[in-house]
Amino acid sequence: MTADVSIRNATKDFGSFRALNDVSLEISAGEFIVLLGPSGCGKTTLLSILGGFLEPTSGTVLIGGRDMTHVAAARRPTTTMFQDYALFPHMSLLDNVGFGLRMRGLARSERHRKALAHLDLVGLRMSASRKPHELSGGQRQRVALARALAVDPDVLLLDEPLGALDLKLRRQMQDELKAIQRRVGTTFVHVTHDQEEAMAIADRIVVMNQGRIEDIGLPTDIYMRPRSLFSAGFMGEANFLPARIIGAADGEVRVETALGEVLLPAAAFAAAVPPAGGRITLCIRPEHFRPAGGAEASVALGRASIIDSAFFGGHHRCHLRPEAAPDMILTAHLPQTAQPRTGDLIDLAVAAASVVALAEAPASTQGDPQ
Amino acid sequence: MPRQLQTAFAILYAGVLYGFIFLPVVVLVLFSFQDGTLPVPPLHGLTLHWYGEIFADRKLMAALGNSLLVAVISSAVACLLGFLAAYAFARYRLPASNLQRALIVAPMTVSTLIIALGLLSVFSRLDIQLSLWTVGAGHVVINLPLCFAIIYASMGAHQINIERAARDLGARDWQVMLLVTAPMLMPSILAAFFLSVTFSWDEFIIAFLLSRFDVTLPVEIWSMLRSGLDPKTNAIGSVVFLMSVVLLFMLELIVLRKSGKPS
Repeated sequence: MTADVSIRNATKDFGSFRALNDVSLEISAGEFIVLLGPSGCGKTTLLSILGGFLEPTSGTVLIGGRDMTHVAAARRPTTTMFQDYALFPHMSLLDNVGFGLRMRGLARSERHRKALAHLDLVGLRMSASRKPHELSGGQRQRVALARALAVDPDVLLLDEPLGALDLKLRRQMQDELKAIQRRVGTTFVHVTHDQEEAMAIADRIVVMNQGRIEDIGLPTDIYMRPRSLFSAGFMGEANFLPARIIGAADGEVRVETALGEVLLPAAAFAAAVPPAGGRITLCIRPEHFRPAGGAEASVALGRASIIDSAFFGGHHRCHLRPEAAPDMILTAHLPQTAQPRTGDLIDLAVAAASVVALAEAPASTQGDPQ
Repeated sequence: MPRQLQTAFAILYAGVLYGFIFLPVVVLVLFSFQDGTLPVPPLHGLTLHWYGEIFADRKLMAALGNSLLVAVISSAVACLLGFLAAYAFARYRLPASNLQRALIVAPMTVSTLIIALGLLSVFSRLDIQLSLWTVGAGHVVINLPLCFAIIYASMGAHQINIERAARDLGARDWQVMLLVTAPMLMPSILAAFFLSVTFSWDEFIIAFLLSRFDVTLPVEIWSMLRSGLDPKTNAIGSVVFLMSVVLLFMLELIVLRKSGKPS
């Protein structure tokens, strides 16, 4: 089963701390939504409000069109998959997965049949009679998923479910989660602070910060066309270049930066182009730097010297010092075949279509999430 | 060699220590087999005569049955109340919870004589006839703090999410407690149960002061002793001792082996 979710103006205060600040979010039935943000951003609070473990200070939660704001967790069409799995240690996997069905008064044989089917879904049918402590972390993970899905929830809430797994297993479980979500069609709301995980599994990502939603969109949009500095900085590396508007004409905007005057397409602006004199920030991903004089329309940014470089397999990650602004440091990914040496001078350019201009002053020069 | 001397001393010391602890028990058990009427050296020979005597003694066997009944029922009640109290303190925010917790554990520090006298005056004031029930109530009073402390100590924060998961899957509060919390805590609940059974099994002061016609085994043994020493008292003493050993073994086997496993 599946249902849409509607969160309207949800606010949650813990004493004087506002964990969630007037958040509204519409989720369609069957969607895989990822709530992404640093710890303390309110994503887990929002999930707890959806699951019925917390009541919002104000605002409403609708699931499948019905008001669930004050309904207890047990009576909601949601189930939660907890970060520490929270399996019942004294029960076999079969009884763990069948627990929700037992609470719904299903007869024993029917319960076992359904529980086995769900264990089968996660590839653990053969281990039905084992106890949780006999399993590996990844297997417990799957049991937790099977248990949460066994009661046919409309919405499955996943609280950093992959956080305790090592990187390789995490990537593997991501793929499985996505595949299982497609199969069962249930609405998934998944909380994480790992942006790669978010991009890999989400239909839409909701970037949160300080109790507010910063950005919502497809993974590609959030990455390529972020709508806030925080969102740009949290979704991978970005260079932030302060700039001032000089004027706009013919779908192009002339801006002044520390690296000289730059002509941007109006499409680079996430919102309306501010009037002349307005302060903006240009956001450039390290992989968007191009050798000057390429085929596509590009924006020249003058020359820069290489401070250091490191080889990452797919690219060289270099720190650059622009000649026009020696106190600025840019991060750029140069092609695999380039042979960057410290002190080399290169002509900097960036594909015009990949620059994002945000009408915000940068809080710091680098927007690295960690 | 000083090293060998040290070892010899250590062995001697350990031997004396264990002898001091176990010699009375060994003597008690040994002279319960005395072929004669006095349970004192010299040993005249071995016989099971006195065991036959005690098992044929209707009063003694009735007292043994009473003791078992009081021990099992009072321990079960103490465990139930201790579990409920521990659950409340661990899962809810109660007013003045530190003070309340101290009050629950407080009877552990009060002498059983004081508790027995207090209960005696309460029972007589309320016109409650002394019986095995009043003895059982007394044993609940002394064992409840112990049960509460053992069970409360094993309730950790990691179980909260597990209970939350059960609730999330549709369990009501009583179902969470019965199907999830209690089974998770079973090792410590059983430990509390067996420990309080052993305490109740050989408790004398409360059993003596709060009973009248039906008495428990320690009280019956005490009245036997008043008529003088006799290998029969050794035999019943050995039975009491054996019972305690069996209980401790059960504790070890069921509880400690289970909790040793990773969960």
